[in-house]
Amino acid sequence: MPDQTPFPTYMKDVLLRLKKQLPCRDNEVSMLLSLFGEPQHYSYPSILIYGHRATGKTFVTQTVLQELKLPHAFVSMVECFTPRLLFQQILSQLSSLYPSLDEEFHCETLNDFIRIFRQLSTSNVLDQQTVYIVIDQAEVLRDMDANLLPGFLRLQELVGGNITVIFLTEIVWEKFRPNTGCLEPILFYFPDYTKAELQQILCKDRHPEFSDDLYATYINILLGVFYAVCRDLCELRHLAALNFSKFCEPLLKGEVRESDTHKLWRSIEPHLRKAMQTVYLREVSSLQWEMMQDTKEETGYLKGLSAYTHVDLPYYSKFLLIAAYLASFNPARTDKRFFLKHHGKMKKVTFLKKHEKTSNHLLGPKPFPLDRLLAIFYSIVDSRVASTANIFSQISSLVTLQLLTLVGHSDQLDSPKYKCTVSMDFICAIARTVNFDIVRYLYDFL
Amino acid sequence: MTTSSVSKGCFVFKPASKKQRILSAGDYFHDEDEESASSKLRFETLQSLWQQIKLETDSIQEELNKNILDSLAEFARTSTTFFRSKTDEWTFRMRSSEIPTAALVLGVNVTDHNMTFQNLSELLHQSVTPYVVGLDAKDCPSLKHTVQKVLLQLMGYHLSVEEDEEEPQPKANISGIPKKRIQCSIATLCEWYQTVTKDSNGLSPSKKRKSTLGKFGQNPPIVVIFKDLESFTSKVLQEFIIICSQYIHQLPFIFIFGIATSPATVHRMLPHSVSSHLCIELFQSLSCTKHLATVMDKLILTTSFPFKLNGKTLQVLLSIFLFHDFSVRNFIKGLQLSLMEHFYNQPLSVLCCDKHKASKRAQVLSSEECENVRQLPSFMRYVENQEPDEQVKLLTDDHHLKEVVQQLLKQLHLYHKNYYPVLRCLHILTSSLPKYPLGKQIRELHSMCLERNVWETEEYKSAFQLLRLMAKDELLTGFNKCLEILTYGKGKVINEVQEKLETFVKLFQELDNISLDYKEDDGEDTSPQKGFQQKTDLFHLQKTLLEMKELKKNKKLTKFEMLRLEAIDFIDHIVKKHLLPPEYLALHEVVYYSCSGTLRKHLNAAPRTAIQTALNNPYKYLPNESLQSDGGAISSTAPDICIAYKLHLECGRLINLYDWLEAFGTVVSATEGNDTESPVIDDVKHARFIRAVSELEFVGFVKPTKKKTDHVARLTWGGC
Ligand SMILES: Nc1ncnc2c1ncn2[C@@H]1O[C@H](COP(=O)(O)OP(=O)(O)OP(=O)(O)O)[C@@H](O)[C@H]1O
Ligand SMILES: [Mg+2]
Repeated sequence: MPDQTPFPTYMKDVLLRLKKQLPCRDNEVSMLLSLFGEPQHYSYPSILIYGHRATGKTFVTQTVLQELKLPHAFVSMVECFTPRLLFQQILSQLSSLYPSLDEEFHCETLNDFIRIFRQLSTSNVLDQQTVYIVIDQAEVLRDMDANLLPGFLRLQELVGGNITVIFLTEIVWEKFRPNTGCLEPILFYFPDYTKAELQQILCKDRHPEFSDDLYATYINILLGVFYAVCRDLCELRHLAALNFSKFCEPLLKGEVRESDTHKLWRSIEPHLRKAMQTVYLREVSSLQWEMMQDTKEETGYLKGLSAYTHVDLPYYSKFLLIAAYLASFNPARTDKRFFLKHHGKMKKVTFLKKHEKTSNHLLGPKPFPLDRLLAIFYSIVDSRVASTANIFSQISSLVTLQLLTLVGHSDQLDSPKYKCTVSMDFICAIARTVNFDIVRYLYDFL
Repeated sequence: MTTSSVSKGCFVFKPASKKQRILSAGDYFHDEDEESASSKLRFETLQSLWQQIKLETDSIQEELNKNILDSLAEFARTSTTFFRSKTDEWTFRMRSSEIPTAALVLGVNVTDHNMTFQNLSELLHQSVTPYVVGLDAKDCPSLKHTVQKVLLQLMGYHLSVEEDEEEPQPKANISGIPKKRIQCSIATLCEWYQTVTKDSNGLSPSKKRKSTLGKFGQNPPIVVIFKDLESFTSKVLQEFIIICSQYIHQLPFIFIFGIATSPATVHRMLPHSVSSHLCIELFQSLSCTKHLATVMDKLILTTSFPFKLNGKTLQVLLSIFLFHDFSVRNFIKGLQLSLMEHFYNQPLSVLCCDKHKASKRAQVLSSEECENVRQLPSFMRYVENQEPDEQVKLLTDDHHLKEVVQQLLKQLHLYHKNYYPVLRCLHILTSSLPKYPLGKQIRELHSMCLERNVWETEEYKSAFQLLRLMAKDELLTGFNKCLEILTYGKGKVINEVQEKLETFVKLFQELDNISLDYKEDDGEDTSPQKGFQQKTDLFHLQKTLLEMKELKKNKKLTKFEMLRLEAIDFIDHIVKKHLLPPEYLALHEVVYYSCSGTLRKHLNAAPRTAIQTALNNPYKYLPNESLQSDGGAISSTAPDICIAYKLHLECGRLINLYDWLEAFGTVVSATEGNDTESPVIDDVKHARFIRAVSELEFVGFVKPTKKKTDHVARLTWGGC
């Protein structure tokens, strides 16, 4: 592909403007332009653009289409949870292009959609310009009707008009390809931004009251802290905005001069590290974070969301949960040893011959039937409990609280199977409140 | 083979009482007997009491939730204005626009939450925004349904998602929105929101909306409440959040997550890419145990409410709460049930009302009711303790009886009037003791006092031992708190107690001044006390106690110690006098509900036991004379499933179907009188057997097994 193709049809200034708006995406832009070709030319029927989050897929495509004033429709798939919504979105966006398009179109299936489109393209209002349909978050298409994805891939052929469909997604094409075969789109990868590129892009939105250099220093420090964990442009921009006031604080107080980057770094770096563990993880909301900055509570320790793990449960629910945990992490054959009063002194040595060396805790919870849960429950709960309806409803409320999960079909009446989904720490805390030494009952810790 | 023991199952519950009707209206009270006047009165009393409970609980709920709801409303108000006011600031342009989200932690008692959410949405409606949506997880199995639900609640008319869905499309003619096919998407909502808010801002005086919107400012937020976050499928939730975040600039969404477990769930359900669209703030509501404590305070530990629960029934309600569901709502429902049962079954419950009404009603007791009074066990006991001629009078003279009943009722009221303040005082003094010998919560102490003479229990003795060692300032604060409580109490007895306590307090304080002079005298005995305060474990405590006893033998008591002993003995005295279990009082049956069995049967049903009872003893449910079980033998007239069940109890874990069939055949043919050695198993018997076995399988006593051919397995919990 020629690198510096002059695109004769487009004005120079348009190209320049694009370049300015889309820094660090020169290659991608020119690639797109060459794929598009001239407005009247037929383009490739389908293009799949993939790349990680916030690599500018949406932004670049949209900017290019808008700047070049190409006829297009842009739909976001998460919004279109039914095919009908998808078709109507596309058609209503195109209706400004085609005055002949009736407001009251009926479009239920791909068939209707293609029929309507055919009629449109015969009307020939657009001098056969290529019409672009951009489908963002295209991975959702995979879960919808089976004919949608193959249909859109060869829409050009089905409609018989000058149409190109562009798919935007974070997922590689291999995960899309239907096993019945289809037209292969042109694949086009948007690489991640490098650190330098991120720096360049982020520096563009400098705070109007501060100098370019200062802001660049700030971004540099920010990337130094966050680049290892986060390359998401939106997220970085968000973090930059949240912490900038803190960064400027010593400057405004006059304690540090702008040129003294080291001092600036020293004052902001711990703050950013703290941000990484709190705001970045959404443990602390951005509002709380800013509030904390404003009030200058340096040591003001904000408890993150995950710090609140305590759950208060009714007494028997605790035991049910403990029983479920034991059933999930102990092999069923060891139940006799743990819960029978006289287990006949099983030789510990032979018993402990763990042929599976791996810890059950590494393997994760295993499903267990209801019977086993109840058997363990009745043997660990110290008082005599009648098997009342309440006990059973407690099991199902544990399921709705997502502390247990129902495995397999939910319509199994006779022997439903469950899994316990809580963590070791959680169950230990629960067991402590009822004075139950759970570790003694766990096969892994024997 | 044919004889076997029937009683292999365990019976938890006594046979149910004859009356199993659940009342639904006053009619049930009336058509009973001729004495409709009294039953009508009972029904009315019941209704007014229930009304009282309802009002009380509602106001409690409102009060308890007030703080959290107000702060939520404040959150909704500020976060919208906050996000809107600063849109031109650099920071706000740069940061991603997050959806303000309140994570509201409510506790695991999901059944109680509805009330809270109702109050919340009312409050938001009143003060923040007209646009409040409540989502239940069960209505939102998919994104489509969720969006539909939101649109429906906001725009106020039905939208069908697919055009050809079951119901005919209702005409969208409300509020003047053009009759156009409505798409069920957030984009539609967006359009609608713009028209609605523009209408209210622009000049269209004809719109009714205008006035409603006026007080909420320009763009009132759209509050979406996810009532039970845990039950939502995380996929739906994620997609919904992503869509909403795409529209956040046009639609000022605010989310409220109702969380039953812990806030960490939010992160478990939402990946970082989704939670990064949210700006989550945490709100924690009051714990349900506190809620219960308030309810107990207002409804049970009070004289303003004549109906009482005895120890056992209260225990049933409390254990359901603590062991099973943590639901205050269910607790109140249980209270309601006992109230109804009491008024329905106890004819003398007419007298269960406030003091004046009760004595008035006692004057007009009918002769039948008088007879009822005489049959009350507590009244009989009372009669036995009277002089012989008084006994005769009581048993024959209705007029005299009525007089006595009035008196006894007065005594009962007096008892309650003294009981609660004294109970509270005792609780205050003992609730800070190490290891809480008399319970941490007042309800524990209350149930103890209801059940037996507290002062005879070990716990009480150890508590008083500890009290006798209490340091002065602790004792003083305790006494002062008691005094505070006693000031609310009225009546002669309480006032006396109050005065006495006041003098004690005074004496203690005077002691203070004296002991300043004799410091060296005091120094010796305060040191072990200090040691005692630090100790928490019982063993050490007892050791110190013993040591101190030794010391005491040798040493003369100081003035403080003497006074302390006297004070504590006084407390002991009033406890013995006023915390008598109600069973000792005559006519206690009138106000105390005591059928704990019925209550348990209704509230904590045991389906398994019921099935077993039915199978073991079909007579209980099928009152057919021939079914009356005679000494454990299997009656051949019993339903087939009962016969099969009883036979299966004799087998091991695996049951040979053929043997079972043979045995079944033998039992069944016993009816026909032909006791030939090998009963003929004809097709009909065979079919009956098969049906019985499959019915047993259905109720869960046996299941097919692959371990052995022609065998079925007994299930573990079949025998339980
Ligand atoms: N080259 C660039 N120059 C300036 N801004 C950019 C550039 N690339 C991306 N951005 C910014 O990053 C943001 C995220 O980009 P965009 O939404 O296009 O990413 P995406 O690849 O579509 O991500 P996703 O896969 O999550 O949809 C945009 O709002 C845009 O402002
Ligand atoms: Mg995108």
